[in-house]
Amino acid sequence: MAINATYLGMPLEINDLDVENLEYFKHCAAHDFHLQRCDSCGLLRYPPTTACPWCASPKSTWTRVEGKGAVHSYSEVHHAIQPAFKAHTPYLILLVDLDAQKGKPTADEALRVVGNLATPDGKLAPPEMVRSVGIGTRVRMVFSDVAPGLAIPQWTIDEKAAQPAKPWRYPD
Amino acid sequence: MPLPADVDTSTPKHLRDKYAIVGVGETTYTRGSGKTTRALGSWAVRNAIEDAGLKPSDIDGMLSYQSGDSTFSPMIAGDLGIRLNFYMDVFGGGSSTEALVGMAMGVIEAGMCKTVVIFRAMNGFSQVRIGGTGARAAAPVSGDMLHGRAYGWQSAGQMFSLTFMRHMHDYGTTPAQVAAVKAIHSEHAGNNPKAFYKERVTVEDVLKSRYICKPLHLLDCCVETDNGTALIVTRADRAKDCRHTPALIRGVVGRCNKPRMDMHYQHGPISTVAGHYGKEILWPNAGVGPEDVDITGSYDAFTFTTMLQLEDYGFCKKGEGGHYVSDGTMRLGGRRPNNTSGGHLCEGYTHGLNMVIENVRQLRHDVDDSCPVGPDGKRQHTYDYRPGGCRQVKDVEVSANLGWAMPGTGSAMVMRRG
Ligand SMILES: [Zn+2]
Repeated sequence: MAINATYLGMPLEINDLDVENLEYFKHCAAHDFHLQRCDSCGLLRYPPTTACPWCASPKSTWTRVEGKGAVHSYSEVHHAIQPAFKAHTPYLILLVDLDAQKGKPTADEALRVVGNLATPDGKLAPPEMVRSVGIGTRVRMVFSDVAPGLAIPQWTIDEKAAQPAKPWRYPD
Repeated sequence: MPLPADVDTSTPKHLRDKYAIVGVGETTYTRGSGKTTRALGSWAVRNAIEDAGLKPSDIDGMLSYQSGDSTFSPMIAGDLGIRLNFYMDVFGGGSSTEALVGMAMGVIEAGMCKTVVIFRAMNGFSQVRIGGTGARAAAPVSGDMLHGRAYGWQSAGQMFSLTFMRHMHDYGTTPAQVAAVKAIHSEHAGNNPKAFYKERVTVEDVLKSRYICKPLHLLDCCVETDNGTALIVTRADRAKDCRHTPALIRGVVGRCNKPRMDMHYQHGPISTVAGHYGKEILWPNAGVGPEDVDITGSYDAFTFTTMLQLEDYGFCKKGEGGHYVSDGTMRLGGRRPNNTSGGHLCEGYTHGLNMVIENVRQLRHDVDDSCPVGPDGKRQHTYDYRPGGCRQVKDVEVSANLGWAMPGTGSAMVMRRG
Protein backbone atom coordinates (compact mmCIF):
# COMPACT_ATOMS: atom_id res chain seq x y z
CA MET A 1 0.00 0.00 0.00
CA ALA A 2 1.24 3.50 -0.84
CA ILE A 3 3.00 5.46 1.89
CA ASN A 4 2.79 9.21 2.48
CA ALA A 5 4.62 10.63 5.47
CA THR A 6 6.64 13.56 6.74
CA TYR A 7 10.26 13.33 7.93
CA LEU A 8 12.08 16.40 9.34
CA GLY A 9 9.37 18.49 7.65
CA MET A 10 10.07 16.82 4.29
CA PRO A 11 7.18 15.10 2.47
CA LEU A 12 8.09 11.49 1.61
CA GLU A 13 6.03 9.20 -0.63
CA ILE A 14 6.15 5.71 -2.14
CA ASN A 15 3.41 4.80 -4.60
CA ASP A 16 1.64 1.46 -5.05
CA LEU A 17 3.58 0.52 -8.19
CA ASP A 18 6.95 0.82 -6.46
CA VAL A 19 6.88 -2.68 -5.00
CA GLU A 20 10.64 -2.93 -4.46
CA ASN A 21 10.87 0.19 -2.32
CA LEU A 22 7.68 -0.68 -0.43
CA GLU A 23 9.21 -4.03 0.49
CA TYR A 24 12.60 -2.54 1.38
CA PHE A 25 11.11 0.06 3.73
CA LYS A 26 8.65 -2.46 5.22
CA HIS A 27 11.63 -4.38 6.60
CA CYS A 28 13.28 -1.14 7.74
CA ALA A 29 10.09 -0.26 9.64
CA ALA A 30 10.64 -3.45 11.65
CA HIS A 31 14.26 -2.28 12.25
CA ASP A 32 15.46 -5.21 10.20
CA PHE A 33 17.71 -4.61 7.19
CA HIS A 34 16.91 -6.67 4.10
CA LEU A 35 18.36 -6.63 0.58
CA GLN A 36 17.45 -8.53 -2.55
CA ARG A 37 19.56 -11.62 -3.17
CA CYS A 38 19.60 -12.64 -6.83
CA ASP A 39 18.06 -16.09 -7.30
CA SER A 40 20.33 -16.70 -10.25
CA CYS A 41 23.85 -15.49 -9.30
CA GLY A 42 23.38 -15.17 -5.56
CA LEU A 43 24.70 -11.60 -5.25
CA LEU A 44 23.07 -9.00 -2.99
CA ARG A 45 22.34 -5.53 -4.32
CA TYR A 46 21.61 -2.04 -3.03
CA PRO A 47 19.49 0.01 -3.54
CA PRO A 48 16.45 -2.07 -4.60
CA THR A 49 16.17 -2.71 -8.34
CA THR A 50 13.88 -4.69 -10.64
CA ALA A 51 16.66 -6.88 -12.01
CA CYS A 52 20.14 -8.03 -11.06
CA PRO A 53 22.82 -5.55 -12.16
CA TRP A 54 25.30 -8.42 -12.38
CA CYS A 55 23.34 -11.07 -14.33
CA ALA A 56 20.03 -9.37 -15.36
CA SER A 57 17.85 -11.98 -13.67
CA PRO A 58 14.47 -10.55 -12.58
CA LYS A 59 14.11 -13.04 -9.71
CA SER A 60 15.33 -12.30 -6.20
CA THR A 61 14.61 -13.11 -2.57
CA TRP A 62 14.58 -10.56 0.25
CA THR A 63 17.33 -11.59 2.62
CA ARG A 64 18.30 -10.35 6.08
CA VAL A 65 21.69 -8.58 6.01
CA GLU A 66 23.73 -7.48 9.02
CA GLY A 67 24.00 -3.69 9.07
CA LYS A 68 27.69 -3.40 9.92
CA GLY A 69 30.57 -1.91 8.03
CA ALA A 70 33.17 0.81 7.69
CA VAL A 71 32.92 4.35 6.33
CA HIS A 72 34.21 4.37 2.74
CA SER A 73 33.77 8.10 2.21
CA TYR A 74 31.76 11.00 3.54
CA SER A 75 30.66 14.57 3.01
CA GLU A 76 30.13 17.10 5.79
CA VAL A 77 27.31 19.39 4.68
CA HIS A 78 27.45 22.98 5.91
CA HIS A 79 25.06 24.55 3.40
CA ALA A 80 21.82 22.54 3.29
CA ILE A 81 19.78 22.44 0.10
CA GLN A 82 16.73 20.74 1.58
CA PRO A 83 15.00 23.31 3.81
CA ALA A 84 14.38 20.49 6.29
CA PHE A 85 18.11 20.02 6.91
CA LYS A 86 19.07 23.65 7.55
CA ALA A 87 18.50 23.25 11.29
CA HIS A 88 20.81 20.21 11.39
CA THR A 89 24.00 21.53 9.75
CA PRO A 90 26.70 20.44 9.75
CA TYR A 91 25.50 16.92 9.09
CA LEU A 92 27.36 13.93 7.71
CA ILE A 93 26.43 11.91 4.63
CA LEU A 94 28.16 8.56 4.93
CA LEU A 95 28.92 5.95 2.28
CA VAL A 96 29.42 2.70 4.17
CA ASP A 97 30.98 -0.49 2.82
CA LEU A 98 28.95 -3.33 4.33
CA ASP A 99 30.99 -6.24 5.65
CA ALA A 100 28.55 -8.49 3.81
CA GLN A 101 29.82 -9.20 0.30
CA LYS A 102 32.84 -6.84 0.53
CA GLY A 103 35.31 -7.63 -2.26
CA LYS A 104 32.70 -9.40 -4.42
CA PRO A 105 32.24 -9.80 -7.35
CA THR A 106 35.54 -7.92 -7.82
CA ALA A 107 38.15 -6.72 -5.36
CA ASP A 108 36.93 -3.13 -5.80
CA GLU A 109 33.29 -3.92 -5.02
CA ALA A 110 31.22 -3.58 -1.90
CA LEU A 111 27.59 -2.98 -1.03
CA ARG A 112 27.85 0.74 -0.38
CA VAL A 113 24.93 1.95 1.68
CA VAL A 114 24.19 5.64 2.16
CA GLY A 115 22.99 7.24 5.38
CA ASN A 116 23.47 10.08 7.80
CA LEU A 117 25.52 9.82 10.95
CA ALA A 118 22.93 9.41 13.71
CA THR A 119 22.68 8.76 17.42
CA PRO A 120 21.78 5.21 18.51
CA ASP A 121 18.12 6.23 18.64
CA GLY A 122 18.16 7.47 15.04
CA LYS A 123 18.41 11.25 15.56
CA LEU A 124 20.80 13.23 13.33
CA ALA A 125 24.18 13.38 15.06
CA PRO A 126 25.20 16.44 17.13
CA PRO A 127 28.28 18.46 16.02
CA GLU A 128 30.77 16.82 18.42
CA MET A 129 29.82 13.38 17.10
CA VAL A 130 30.09 14.65 13.50
CA ARG A 131 33.67 15.72 14.19
CA SER A 132 34.69 12.29 15.49
CA VAL A 133 33.88 10.22 12.40
CA GLY A 134 35.97 9.75 9.25
CA ILE A 135 36.97 7.24 6.59
CA GLY A 136 37.55 3.90 8.30
CA THR A 137 35.21 4.46 11.27
CA ARG A 138 33.30 1.27 12.11
CA VAL A 139 29.55 1.89 12.13
CA ARG A 140 26.35 -0.07 12.71
CA MET A 141 22.91 0.51 11.28
CA VAL A 142 20.16 2.20 13.26
CA PHE A 143 16.78 3.47 12.10
CA SER A 144 14.95 6.80 12.07
CA ASP A 145 11.25 6.05 12.55
CA VAL A 146 9.09 8.13 10.23
CA ALA A 147 5.59 6.61 10.15
CA PRO A 148 3.90 3.22 10.39
CA GLY A 149 5.52 1.13 7.65
CA LEU A 150 8.41 3.55 7.11
CA ALA A 151 11.78 3.96 8.80
CA ILE A 152 14.98 5.29 7.28
CA PRO A 153 18.22 3.33 7.78
CA GLN A 154 21.00 5.40 9.34
CA TRP A 155 24.48 4.84 10.74
CA THR A 156 25.88 5.27 14.21
CA ILE A 157 29.34 4.61 15.66
CA ASP A 158 29.70 0.92 16.52
CA GLU A 159 30.62 1.14 20.22
CA LYS A 160 31.59 -2.54 20.41
CA ALA A 161 33.84 -2.61 17.34
CA ALA A 162 37.60 -2.02 17.32
CA GLN A 163 37.97 1.48 15.87
CA PRO A 164 40.93 2.80 13.85
CA ALA A 165 43.32 4.83 16.02
CA LYS A 166 42.58 7.90 13.93
CA PRO A 167 39.91 7.73 11.20
CA TRP A 168 40.85 9.77 8.10
CA ARG A 169 39.31 13.25 8.27
CA TYR A 170 39.41 16.17 5.88
CA PRO A 171 42.15 18.52 7.16
CA ASP A 172 40.49 21.50 8.89
CA MET B 1 51.50 20.25 -31.76
CA PRO B 2 51.20 18.85 -35.31
CA LEU B 3 49.45 15.50 -35.75
CA PRO B 4 51.70 12.44 -35.92
CA ALA B 5 52.66 11.70 -39.54
CA ASP B 6 51.29 8.16 -39.47
CA VAL B 7 47.76 9.14 -38.44
CA ASP B 8 45.18 7.56 -40.72
CA THR B 9 42.67 10.32 -41.41
CA SER B 10 40.61 8.29 -43.87
CA THR B 11 38.92 5.81 -41.52
CA PRO B 12 35.26 6.00 -42.54
CA LYS B 13 34.13 4.12 -39.45
CA HIS B 14 35.02 6.96 -37.17
CA LEU B 15 34.15 9.88 -39.49
CA ARG B 16 37.44 11.46 -38.54
CA ASP B 17 37.72 15.04 -39.88
CA LYS B 18 34.56 14.61 -41.97
CA TYR B 19 32.54 17.03 -39.83
CA ALA B 20 33.28 20.43 -38.40
CA ILE B 21 31.99 23.07 -36.04
CA VAL B 22 31.58 26.17 -38.20
CA GLY B 23 29.69 28.59 -35.99
CA VAL B 24 29.47 29.44 -32.30
CA GLY B 25 27.40 31.99 -30.43
CA GLU B 26 26.23 32.96 -27.00
CA THR B 27 24.35 35.58 -25.02
CA THR B 28 25.74 37.60 -22.11
CA TYR B 29 26.48 35.66 -18.91
CA THR B 30 24.25 37.35 -16.35
CA ARG B 31 22.45 36.82 -13.08
CA GLY B 32 18.92 37.99 -13.80
CA SER B 33 18.60 37.90 -17.59
CA GLY B 34 15.05 39.25 -17.54
CA LYS B 35 14.43 37.06 -20.60
CA THR B 36 12.80 33.71 -21.25
CA THR B 37 14.93 30.69 -22.12
CA ARG B 38 13.22 30.89 -25.54
CA ALA B 39 14.58 34.41 -26.04
CA LEU B 40 18.05 33.40 -24.81
CA GLY B 41 18.07 30.34 -27.07
CA SER B 42 17.02 32.20 -30.19
CA TRP B 43 19.64 34.92 -29.64
CA ALA B 44 22.37 32.34 -29.14
CA VAL B 45 21.32 30.37 -32.24
CA ARG B 46 21.06 33.55 -34.32
CA ASN B 47 24.54 34.59 -33.17
CA ALA B 48 25.97 31.18 -34.13
CA ILE B 49 24.36 31.33 -37.59
CA GLU B 50 25.75 34.83 -38.09
CA ASP B 51 29.19 33.72 -36.86
CA ALA B 52 29.20 30.90 -39.44
CA GLY B 53 28.26 33.28 -42.23
CA LEU B 54 25.12 31.24 -42.90
CA LYS B 55 21.42 32.10 -43.22
CA PRO B 56 18.64 30.61 -41.08
CA SER B 57 17.44 28.76 -44.19
CA ASP B 58 20.79 26.90 -44.29
CA ILE B 59 19.93 25.19 -40.99
CA ASP B 60 17.79 22.06 -41.21
CA GLY B 61 18.58 20.23 -37.98
CA MET B 62 18.41 21.24 -34.32
CA LEU B 63 19.35 19.49 -31.06
CA SER B 64 19.19 20.70 -27.49
CA TYR B 65 19.42 19.39 -23.96
CA GLN B 66 17.88 20.49 -20.73
CA SER B 67 16.85 19.38 -17.26
CA GLY B 68 13.20 20.34 -17.32
CA ASP B 69 14.25 23.98 -17.26
CA SER B 70 14.23 25.23 -20.85
CA THR B 71 12.57 25.75 -24.18
CA PHE B 72 12.53 23.32 -27.14
CA SER B 73 13.99 23.22 -30.64
CA PRO B 74 10.66 23.76 -32.47
CA MET B 75 10.17 27.04 -30.57
CA ILE B 76 13.60 28.38 -31.52
CA ALA B 77 13.22 27.19 -35.11
CA GLY B 78 9.79 28.81 -35.34
CA ASP B 79 11.06 32.13 -33.99
CA LEU B 80 13.89 32.21 -36.54
CA GLY B 81 11.92 30.85 -39.51
CA ILE B 82 14.04 27.68 -39.65
CA ARG B 83 12.42 24.60 -41.22
CA LEU B 84 13.74 21.47 -39.53
CA ASN B 85 14.19 18.12 -41.20
CA PHE B 86 15.35 16.59 -37.93
CA TYR B 87 15.22 17.76 -34.33
CA MET B 88 15.55 16.26 -30.88
CA ASP B 89 15.43 17.73 -27.38
CA VAL B 90 16.99 15.41 -24.83
CA PHE B 91 16.90 15.37 -21.06
CA GLY B 92 20.50 15.76 -20.09
CA GLY B 93 23.27 17.54 -18.34
CA GLY B 94 26.96 18.15 -18.56
CA SER B 95 27.63 14.94 -20.45
CA SER B 96 25.29 15.98 -23.29
CA THR B 97 27.27 18.60 -25.20
CA GLU B 98 29.87 16.43 -26.91
CA ALA B 99 27.43 13.50 -27.18
CA LEU B 100 25.00 15.70 -29.13
CA VAL B 101 27.81 16.73 -31.48
CA GLY B 102 28.18 13.01 -32.18
CA MET B 103 24.44 12.75 -32.73
CA ALA B 104 24.53 15.69 -35.15
CA MET B 105 27.27 13.93 -37.12
CA GLY B 106 25.13 10.79 -37.17
CA VAL B 107 21.96 12.42 -38.47
CA ILE B 108 23.88 14.28 -41.18
CA GLU B 109 25.75 11.08 -42.10
CA ALA B 110 22.39 9.33 -42.34
CA GLY B 111 21.19 11.94 -44.82
CA MET B 112 18.44 13.27 -42.58
CA CYS B 113 19.72 16.84 -42.74
CA LYS B 114 22.74 18.89 -43.74
CA THR B 115 23.52 21.45 -41.06
CA VAL B 116 22.64 21.08 -37.37
CA VAL B 117 22.45 23.65 -34.58
CA ILE B 118 22.95 22.54 -30.97
CA PHE B 119 21.85 24.92 -28.22
CA ARG B 120 21.46 25.12 -24.45
CA ALA B 121 19.41 27.96 -22.96
CA MET B 122 18.98 28.33 -19.22
CA ASN B 123 18.12 30.81 -16.53
CA GLY B 124 20.40 28.85 -14.26
CA PHE B 125 20.56 31.58 -11.66
CA SER B 126 17.19 33.31 -11.81
CA GLN B 127 14.87 30.37 -12.51
CA VAL B 128 15.70 26.67 -12.02
CA ARG B 129 19.04 26.28 -10.26
CA ILE B 130 21.00 23.11 -10.94
CA GLY B 131 22.41 23.55 -7.43
CA GLY B 132 19.00 22.52 -6.21
CA THR B 133 17.66 25.41 -4.16
CA GLY B 134 14.09 26.63 -4.55
CA ALA B 135 11.23 24.58 -5.97
CA ARG B 136 13.51 21.70 -6.96
CA ALA B 137 14.60 21.23 -3.36
CA ALA B 138 11.11 21.54 -1.89
CA ALA B 139 9.50 18.84 -4.10
CA PRO B 140 8.27 15.66 -2.35
CA VAL B 141 10.88 12.93 -1.90
CA SER B 142 9.52 9.85 -3.63
CA GLY B 143 10.56 6.34 -4.66
CA ASP B 144 14.28 5.92 -5.35
CA MET B 145 14.94 9.46 -4.05
CA LEU B 146 14.37 8.05 -0.57
CA HIS B 147 17.88 6.58 -0.85
CA GLY B 148 19.37 10.04 -1.41
CA ARG B 149 17.32 13.15 -0.76
CA ALA B 150 15.92 11.78 2.47
CA TYR B 151 19.51 12.05 3.75
CA GLY B 152 19.95 15.63 2.55
CA TRP B 153 22.09 14.22 -0.28
CA GLN B 154 20.83 16.04 -3.31
CA SER B 155 22.85 18.80 -4.97
CA ALA B 156 25.61 17.94 -7.42
CA GLY B 157 28.21 19.16 -4.94
CA GLN B 158 26.82 16.97 -2.17
CA MET B 159 26.72 13.92 -4.44
CA PHE B 160 30.19 14.39 -5.95
CA SER B 161 32.04 15.40 -2.79
CA LEU B 162 32.35 11.77 -1.71
CA THR B 163 34.51 10.93 -4.72
CA PHE B 164 36.83 13.83 -3.95
CA MET B 165 37.05 12.95 -0.26
CA ARG B 166 38.06 9.41 -1.17
CA HIS B 167 40.60 10.68 -3.73
CA MET B 168 42.25 12.72 -0.99
CA HIS B 169 42.30 9.69 1.28
CA ASP B 170 43.71 7.33 -1.35
CA TYR B 171 46.25 9.62 -3.06
CA GLY B 172 47.08 12.37 -0.60
CA THR B 173 45.53 15.04 -2.82
CA THR B 174 45.34 18.35 -0.95
CA PRO B 175 42.67 21.08 -0.84
CA ALA B 176 45.27 23.61 -2.00
CA GLN B 177 46.12 21.59 -5.11
CA VAL B 178 42.49 21.47 -6.15
CA ALA B 179 41.88 25.12 -5.28
CA ALA B 180 44.55 25.95 -7.87
CA VAL B 181 41.99 25.05 -10.55
CA LYS B 182 39.85 28.02 -9.52
CA ALA B 183 42.86 30.31 -9.24
CA ILE B 184 44.11 29.38 -12.73
CA HIS B 185 40.67 29.63 -14.34
CA SER B 186 40.22 33.05 -12.74
CA GLU B 187 43.47 34.21 -14.39
CA HIS B 188 42.00 33.15 -17.73
CA ALA B 189 38.66 34.83 -17.02
CA GLY B 190 40.54 38.04 -16.27
CA ASN B 191 41.47 38.11 -19.97
CA ASN B 192 37.91 37.34 -21.06
CA PRO B 193 35.82 40.51 -21.31
CA LYS B 194 32.57 38.52 -21.27
CA ALA B 195 33.32 36.42 -18.16
CA PHE B 196 30.91 36.86 -15.25
CA TYR B 197 33.74 36.75 -12.67
CA LYS B 198 36.75 38.60 -14.04
CA GLU B 199 38.60 39.21 -10.79
CA ARG B 200 41.54 36.97 -10.01
CA VAL B 201 41.41 34.88 -6.88
CA THR B 202 44.18 32.99 -5.14
CA VAL B 203 44.39 29.51 -3.66
CA GLU B 204 44.17 31.17 -0.25
CA ASP B 205 40.95 32.94 -1.24
CA VAL B 206 39.40 29.58 -2.14
CA LEU B 207 40.51 27.92 1.09
CA LYS B 208 39.24 30.84 3.17
CA SER B 209 35.79 30.88 1.56
CA ARG B 210 32.99 29.22 3.53
CA TYR B 211 32.29 25.51 3.31
CA ILE B 212 29.35 24.38 1.20
CA CYS B 213 29.92 20.70 1.92
CA LYS B 214 33.38 19.51 2.86
CA PRO B 215 35.62 19.24 0.98
CA LEU B 216 33.95 21.93 -1.17
CA HIS B 217 34.31 25.61 -0.36
CA LEU B 218 32.09 28.22 -1.97
CA LEU B 219 34.85 29.09 -4.47
CA ASP B 220 35.31 25.43 -5.42
CA CYS B 221 31.82 25.66 -6.98
CA CYS B 222 30.92 27.13 -10.36
CA VAL B 223 29.03 30.36 -10.92
CA GLU B 224 25.35 29.78 -11.73
CA THR B 225 24.30 32.17 -14.50
CA ASP B 226 21.56 32.87 -17.06
CA ASN B 227 22.56 32.48 -20.70
CA GLY B 228 22.09 30.82 -24.07
CA THR B 229 24.87 29.09 -26.01
CA ALA B 230 24.90 27.45 -29.45
CA LEU B 231 27.15 25.80 -32.03
CA ILE B 232 26.71 24.58 -35.61
CA VAL B 233 27.86 21.23 -37.03
CA THR B 234 28.11 20.53 -40.75
CA ARG B 235 30.17 18.46 -43.16
CA ALA B 236 33.78 19.57 -43.56
CA ASP B 237 33.41 20.05 -47.32
CA ARG B 238 30.53 22.46 -46.71
CA ALA B 239 32.56 24.27 -44.07
CA LYS B 240 34.69 25.79 -46.84
CA ASP B 241 31.82 28.15 -47.63
CA CYS B 242 31.63 29.38 -44.05
CA ARG B 243 33.23 32.50 -42.60
CA HIS B 244 35.91 31.07 -40.32
CA THR B 245 38.56 28.37 -40.23
CA PRO B 246 36.57 25.24 -39.32
CA ALA B 247 37.19 23.21 -36.18
CA LEU B 248 37.37 19.68 -37.56
CA ILE B 249 35.95 16.96 -35.34
CA ARG B 250 38.46 14.17 -34.84
CA GLY B 251 36.43 11.97 -32.55
CA VAL B 252 33.55 11.95 -30.12
CA VAL B 253 32.48 9.69 -27.28
CA GLY B 254 29.22 9.98 -25.36
CA ARG B 255 27.57 8.62 -22.27
CA CYS B 256 30.39 6.43 -21.12
CA ASN B 257 28.78 4.77 -18.15
CA LYS B 258 30.22 2.70 -15.40
CA PRO B 259 28.84 -0.83 -15.54
CA ARG B 260 26.37 -0.04 -12.74
CA MET B 261 24.38 3.02 -11.84
CA ASP B 262 26.82 4.80 -9.63
CA MET B 263 24.82 7.61 -8.21
CA HIS B 264 25.11 5.41 -5.18
CA TYR B 265 28.71 4.56 -5.94
CA GLN B 266 28.01 0.86 -6.29
CA HIS B 267 30.72 -0.03 -8.77
CA GLY B 268 34.50 -0.02 -8.70
CA PRO B 269 36.74 2.62 -7.14
CA ILE B 270 34.51 5.65 -6.48
CA SER B 271 37.12 8.20 -7.57
CA THR B 272 37.35 6.51 -10.98
CA VAL B 273 34.95 8.42 -13.21
CA ALA B 274 33.55 8.45 -16.74
CA GLY B 275 36.76 9.44 -18.46
CA HIS B 276 38.33 6.14 -17.43
CA TYR B 277 35.85 4.41 -19.73
CA GLY B 278 35.55 7.19 -22.29
CA LYS B 279 39.23 7.30 -23.13
CA GLU B 280 39.13 3.80 -24.59
CA ILE B 281 36.89 5.17 -27.35
CA LEU B 282 37.99 8.80 -27.56
CA TRP B 283 41.69 8.48 -28.31
CA PRO B 284 41.53 5.64 -30.88
CA ASN B 285 38.71 7.46 -32.69
CA ALA B 286 40.63 10.72 -32.70
CA GLY B 287 43.88 9.08 -33.78
CA VAL B 288 45.79 11.13 -31.23
CA GLY B 289 46.56 10.77 -27.55
CA PRO B 290 46.57 13.15 -24.59
CA GLU B 291 50.20 14.06 -25.34
CA ASP B 292 49.13 15.49 -28.73
CA VAL B 293 46.53 17.85 -27.21
CA ASP B 294 47.42 21.55 -26.99
CA ILE B 295 44.44 22.79 -24.95
CA THR B 296 41.76 21.13 -22.85
CA GLY B 297 38.25 22.18 -21.85
CA SER B 298 37.17 20.37 -18.72
CA TYR B 299 33.73 20.34 -17.16
CA ASP B 300 34.52 22.45 -14.12
CA ALA B 301 31.25 22.37 -12.24
CA PHE B 302 33.63 22.07 -9.30
CA THR B 303 37.38 22.44 -9.05
CA PHE B 304 37.90 18.74 -8.47
CA THR B 305 35.73 17.60 -11.41
CA THR B 306 38.45 19.11 -13.60
CA MET B 307 41.08 17.13 -11.74
CA LEU B 308 39.22 13.81 -11.93
CA GLN B 309 38.51 14.16 -15.64
CA LEU B 310 42.03 15.12 -16.66
CA GLU B 311 43.34 12.20 -14.64
CA ASP B 312 40.91 9.61 -16.00
CA TYR B 313 41.24 10.74 -19.63
CA GLY B 314 44.94 10.09 -19.24
CA PHE B 315 46.51 13.57 -19.11
CA CYS B 316 48.37 12.33 -16.06
CA LYS B 317 48.55 9.11 -14.04
CA LYS B 318 45.74 8.16 -11.66
CA GLY B 319 46.45 9.80 -8.34
CA GLU B 320 48.65 12.53 -9.84
CA GLY B 321 45.76 14.83 -10.74
CA GLY B 322 46.39 17.11 -7.78
CA HIS B 323 49.90 17.76 -9.00
CA TYR B 324 48.82 18.16 -12.65
CA VAL B 325 46.19 20.82 -11.94
CA SER B 326 48.48 22.88 -9.72
CA ASP B 327 51.91 22.69 -11.38
CA GLY B 328 51.28 25.36 -14.03
CA THR B 329 50.54 23.00 -16.94
CA MET B 330 46.95 24.27 -17.19
CA ARG B 331 47.81 27.96 -17.10
CA LEU B 332 47.89 30.31 -20.12
CA GLY B 333 51.50 30.08 -21.23
CA GLY B 334 51.77 26.59 -19.70
CA ARG B 335 52.20 23.31 -21.54
CA ARG B 336 48.45 22.59 -21.98
CA PRO B 337 46.10 25.40 -20.89
CA ASN B 338 42.67 24.35 -19.61
CA ASN B 339 39.42 26.35 -19.79
CA THR B 340 41.00 29.45 -21.25
CA SER B 341 37.65 31.29 -21.06
CA GLY B 342 37.46 30.78 -17.29
CA GLY B 343 34.98 27.93 -17.67
CA HIS B 344 32.03 27.33 -15.40
CA LEU B 345 33.99 28.48 -12.39
CA CYS B 346 34.41 32.02 -13.74
CA GLU B 347 32.99 32.70 -17.21
CA GLY B 348 29.53 31.32 -16.46
CA TYR B 349 27.62 28.10 -16.06
CA THR B 350 25.99 26.88 -19.24
CA HIS B 351 26.03 23.13 -18.75
CA GLY B 352 29.14 22.37 -20.81
CA LEU B 353 28.73 24.27 -24.04
CA ASN B 354 30.88 27.32 -23.35
CA MET B 355 34.13 25.35 -23.13
CA VAL B 356 33.46 23.91 -26.61
CA ILE B 357 32.78 27.41 -27.95
CA GLU B 358 36.06 28.58 -26.44
CA ASN B 359 38.08 25.76 -27.99
CA VAL B 360 36.53 26.41 -31.42
CA ARG B 361 37.67 30.03 -31.19
CA GLN B 362 41.11 28.94 -29.95
CA LEU B 363 41.45 26.63 -32.97
CA ARG B 364 40.55 29.56 -35.25
CA HIS B 365 43.36 31.53 -33.56
CA ASP B 366 40.74 34.24 -33.03
CA VAL B 367 39.77 34.28 -29.36
CA ASP B 368 37.69 37.31 -28.36
CA ASP B 369 40.06 38.85 -25.83
CA SER B 370 41.30 42.42 -25.40
CA CYS B 371 43.93 42.31 -28.15
CA PRO B 372 43.54 44.87 -30.97
CA VAL B 373 41.52 43.95 -34.05
CA GLY B 374 43.42 44.24 -37.34
CA PRO B 375 42.21 45.44 -40.76
CA ASP B 376 41.18 41.86 -41.64
CA GLY B 377 38.75 41.86 -38.70
CA LYS B 378 40.88 39.39 -36.74
CA ARG B 379 42.63 40.04 -33.48
CA GLN B 380 46.35 40.74 -33.48
CA HIS B 381 47.25 38.52 -30.56
CA THR B 382 50.14 39.55 -28.33
CA TYR B 383 50.44 36.29 -26.35
CA ASP B 384 51.04 38.50 -23.33
CA TYR B 385 48.97 36.78 -20.68
CA ARG B 386 49.20 39.42 -17.96
CA PRO B 387 45.91 40.65 -16.44
CA GLY B 388 43.60 42.22 -18.98
CA GLY B 389 45.69 40.95 -21.88
CA CYS B 390 45.71 38.10 -24.37
CA ARG B 391 44.21 34.67 -23.86
CA GLN B 392 44.88 33.17 -27.28
CA VAL B 393 47.11 30.11 -26.97
CA LYS B 394 49.92 30.17 -29.50
CA ASP B 395 49.76 27.78 -32.47
CA VAL B 396 46.84 25.66 -31.21
CA GLU B 397 46.29 22.66 -33.46
CA VAL B 398 44.48 20.06 -31.34
CA SER B 399 41.96 20.47 -28.50
CA ALA B 400 40.03 18.15 -26.22
CA ASN B 401 36.71 18.84 -24.48
CA LEU B 402 35.73 16.68 -21.54
CA GLY B 403 32.07 16.72 -20.50
CA TRP B 404 30.61 15.23 -17.35
CA ALA B 405 27.37 14.71 -15.52
CA MET B 406 27.21 12.00 -12.85
CA PRO B 407 30.60 10.46 -11.99
CA GLY B 408 29.79 7.58 -14.36
CA THR B 409 28.48 9.55 -17.32
CA GLY B 410 30.52 11.74 -19.57
CA SER B 411 31.13 12.73 -23.15
CA ALA B 412 34.20 14.10 -24.83
CA MET B 413 35.47 15.38 -28.15
CA VAL B 414 38.77 16.02 -29.88
CA MET B 415 38.95 18.77 -32.51
CA ARG B 416 41.74 20.06 -34.72
CA ARG B 417 42.32 23.24 -36.66
CA GLY B 418 41.01 22.85 -40.24
ZN1 LIG C 1 22.25 -12.01 -10.55
